[in-house]
Parts: sequence; C-alpha cells; structure tokens
Amino acid sequence: MQALTQIDNFLAAIGRSVIGICAAVGRVVIFAAIAISHMVRPPFYPVEFLHQVMRIGYYSLPVVGMTALFTGGALALQIYAGGARFNAESVVPAIVAIGMVRELGPVLGGLMVAGRVSSSIAAEMGTMRVTEQIDALTTLSTNPMKYLVAPRILAATLCMPILVAVGDVIGIMGGWAVGIYRLNFSGATYIQNTIDFLQPIDIWSGLVKAAVFGFIVALMGCYHGYSSGRGAQGVGRATTNAVVSASVLILACNYALTELFFST
Amino acid sequence: MTGTPPPRIAFREVTKSFGPKEVLRGVTLDIPVGESMVIIGGSGTGKSVALKTVLGIIPHDGGTIEIDGVAVGRTRRDDFLSRFGMLFQGGALFDSLPVWQNVAFRLRQGRDRLSKSDARDLAIEKLRRVGLKADVADLFPAELSGGMQKRVGLARAIAAEPEIIFFDEPTTGLDPIMSGVINELIREIVVEMGATAMTITHDMSSVRAIADKVAMLHDGKIRWTGPVDQIETSGDPYMDQFLHGRAEGPIEAVR
Ligand SMILES: Nc1ncnc2c1ncn2[C@@H]1O[C@H](COP(=O)(O)OP(=O)(O)OP(=O)(O)O)[C@@H](O)[C@H]1O
Ligand SMILES: [Mg+2]
Repeated sequence: MQALTQIDNFLAAIGRSVIGICAAVGRVVIFAAIAISHMVRPPFYPVEFLHQVMRIGYYSLPVVGMTALFTGGALALQIYAGGARFNAESVVPAIVAIGMVRELGPVLGGLMVAGRVSSSIAAEMGTMRVTEQIDALTTLSTNPMKYLVAPRILAATLCMPILVAVGDVIGIMGGWAVGIYRLNFSGATYIQNTIDFLQPIDIWSGLVKAAVFGFIVALMGCYHGYSSGRGAQGVGRATTNAVVSASVLILACNYALTELFFST
Repeated sequence: MTGTPPPRIAFREVTKSFGPKEVLRGVTLDIPVGESMVIIGGSGTGKSVALKTVLGIIPHDGGTIEIDGVAVGRTRRDDFLSRFGMLFQGGALFDSLPVWQNVAFRLRQGRDRLSKSDARDLAIEKLRRVGLKADVADLFPAELSGGMQKRVGLARAIAAEPEIIFFDEPTTGLDPIMSGVINELIREIVVEMGATAMTITHDMSSVRAIADKVAMLHDGKIRWTGPVDQIETSGDPYMDQFLHGRAEGPIEAVR
C-alpha cells in the first residue's frame, strides 16, 4: 500500500514539473507573440530602437570580435595538429573558415552576447518592474511591450547577424595570422583557399542562426525582466534565469538549425 | 436616468487577494466629480492597491469599479488612461530619461504630440509649480534627492492636466514648508482645473489641507467616510486612534 502511494507521489511530482515546463513555454511563446505583434503595429519608437542598436549591437563588437579572434587562432592550431596525423595540414584554411562561419561564430558570439545583453536587459527591465516604472509607463498611455520590449528584440535580431559577420571575418583573420606566423602558410594561398572553399550556404546559414540567437537573447532578457519578482532578489533571479535560459536555448536551437540546414 | 450624475469614481464591493492574503475585502466608495478624496489608513492596508485597481495595473478579483457609471475595462484603454494622472508612492521616474523628458513624457506621445522645445518649456513650467528650478530639467532622476524625485513625479502626474489624479503619499519625505507648497498645489489643481483627486497620505496636516472628504481604509474595508470637518467628531474609535496616533485602541499595532 505504502509503495503504491510512493509511486503515486513520484508520478505526481513528474506530472507537476512537466505541467510547469509546459506552462512556462506557453508563457514565453505568448510573450514573444505579443512582442512581435507590436513590432508591426504603430506607434513605433525609432529613437528607442536606435538606442538599443547602439547598446546591443555596437557595444557588443569588442566582445564578439575578441572571442572570434582567439577562437579562430586556436582552431587553426588544433586543425593543424589534427591534420598532421594524416598529412592533411593543408585543410587548415578551409576548416577554420567552415568552423567559424557555420558554428563557432554564431554560437560563441551568441553565448557571449547572451552573457552581456540578456543579463543587462533582464536587470534593467526587472528594476523597472520593481520600481513601478513599467506601471508608470502604462499610466502614461504607453504600452511597455511596444516601448520597451519590441525595440530590444528587434534590435537584437537585426544586429546579431551583422555582429557575427564581423566576428566571422575577424575569426578567419585570426586563423590566417596563426597560419602564416606560426604554421608557415603563405598568406595569399591561405586567403585563396578560404575563398575557394566557402559556399554561400555556409555564410547565410550562419547568419540565420545569428538572427535566431539574437532574438533568443533579447526575448529571454525581456521576458525574465518583465516578469521579475519583487525586490532586489527578484531582479537577481531574473538576471540569472535570463542568461541561463538564453544560453541553453541558443545551444538547443543551434542543433535544431544545423539539422535543418545540413542534414541530408 | 435620474437627475444626479454618476460619481466620477465608484468602488462597489471591490475585492482583491494576493494568494491567501485578502487585501481588499469589499471596498465601497463614491467620489463625485471635482471632489478631493483623501484615503487614510494603516501601513499595508491596501491603499496603494486600491488606486492601482482603478487603473487596471492590478486587476481586482471581485466587485466593480466604475468611472462615470461605466465599468473599467469597457472603454478603450488609451482613451481611458489619458484621463488619469498618477503619482506613484516611490516616484517611479524613468531613470534612463532626464527629468524634463520624464515630466513631458505623455505630451511627447500620440498624435498631437508637442515639439521638443514646447514640451521642454512646459516641463520646466510644471517643475516650477512643484518648487523645482529649471536647472534640474537636464539632470537624471538618480541625481536628485528623494524629495526632489517625488516632486518630479508630481509634476509628471499633472503635466497633461488630467481629469482624475491619484497621489500616492505626495508629501512623504518632504520638509514641512515643501509639504505646504505641495498641499496647496493639489488643492489648486482640484479647484482650478476641476480635477477629481484621490490622495493617500499619512500626514494629518495634509488631510486637512487637501481633503473635501476623507475615507479610512481598515481591514480591507472602508471603515469610515465623511467630510473633512467631521473627522474629529466621527465618534469612530478607529478614526480617533488613527488621528491621535495612539498605540492603544481597536487597531492593532502589529500587522
Ligand atoms: N504585487 C503584489 N504582490 C503581492 N502582494 C502585494 C502586492 N502589492 C501589494 N501587496 C500586499 O498588499 C498589501 C497592501 O499593500 P499596499 O501597498 O496597498 O499598502 P498601503 O496601504 O499602500 O501601505 P503604505 O501606507 O505602507 O504604502 C501589503 O500587505 C502588500 O504586501
Ligand atoms: Mg502605499
């Protein structure tokens, strides 16, 4: 009898957490749908949007650039060492380019921006929630979803591909620098190899990924900040949740998108 | 229809709980057009919540709230909200915007928005009315003292000259002279602009300066309501205890 109740409790616990997850997913989807619906309906807030472009896009350049530079360099060293095992050192430029453009550029860029931007959006919106600034916006006939959320998500979605494109170039340059200074490639051949090898799909699939990751980063920051609990603790939790959920979602979506683009 | 117009704001048996905690347990209160109602009551009795239920910031659970006889939520939200001004208890200034843009926020929205320079001039004029000099206009809220922030919040609440204004503790954190100025300002707004005001305060001198009528919220209900000149003679033990700030009486000191 007792064993039965225990199994019962166990199943109930599983059921509860599944329902909890479903409810959370539902809330995020509804939140995203409302935000998107506000992007296409006036009034628009171009000043807010430009402000967010600067903050999310422009000021993330150093972080994304540095990440790409060192990743490209390390990748070149690794591929060279691995390729040497079967006398295929010459694949370095091609694999560095593919690795950066398809995977590492968007994923690492996305994760870095998640750390930088999701957290700051969540902290900002959470503080606005806690200090009643979001309520004040409402009473001033301004929809916070339109004024706060839509510009951030739009800016992140549009800026991320540009950031990643710049990061790709810097990453390939990192590989190139390591290639010619450490691995004795000729500079011109390296570049030529890269250009010959890259296909359009490599580039645009990476940029689509970047846009999706940008959307995720801003959505998670806004969602967690917007629904932040009360007090400093609520804001702290919102910030953590935003970064963690954005990072996990980026990795999961990366897998899904890679399946979509490259599985035969 | 009867001859008397419906009250501007009418609470009918309004209830609101947060989880198991019942905050409002059936609030019924009328505020006629152009009147200044002051709500008093112990800390944590739900005064701020009551104001927010009118604006729909906090949805109420039961009962109805009517504006001019129409239940809230029935009218278009933008039109509805454009009739209101609200001073939040904590100020709730937008800390990413300078003071003047906070004050002029509503005037810079919508179809007939003011130009930047007009809005700025108007903001400075409103700041002057709450006793702030023009040079605070370009500061950010975080650079102001608590009392100054409160007054900026007040300037923002009255900037668009709304018909209905809510003041949540307008004089808390102000020195007595500034409190006097603000009390006079609120009185002026009601008398000159014909606005309907609902003010929450703990300051008895404010009550006397601002109110036409007073309502006392206790235990989730309106315990007493009447004209301001009857507060001394209400005969209600709760009111008496509150007015005289006694620790002993029907209101428990630990809540
Ligand atoms: N968003 C909320 N979630 C949960 N509980 C809340 C919320 N807002 C208010 N409360 C609770 O409702 C009660 C009334 O709060 P309210 O802010 O209305 O008090 P008050 O009468 O304005 O007090 P004070 O004079 O101190 O400002 C409090 O006990 C508070 O804990
Ligand atoms: Mg309050």
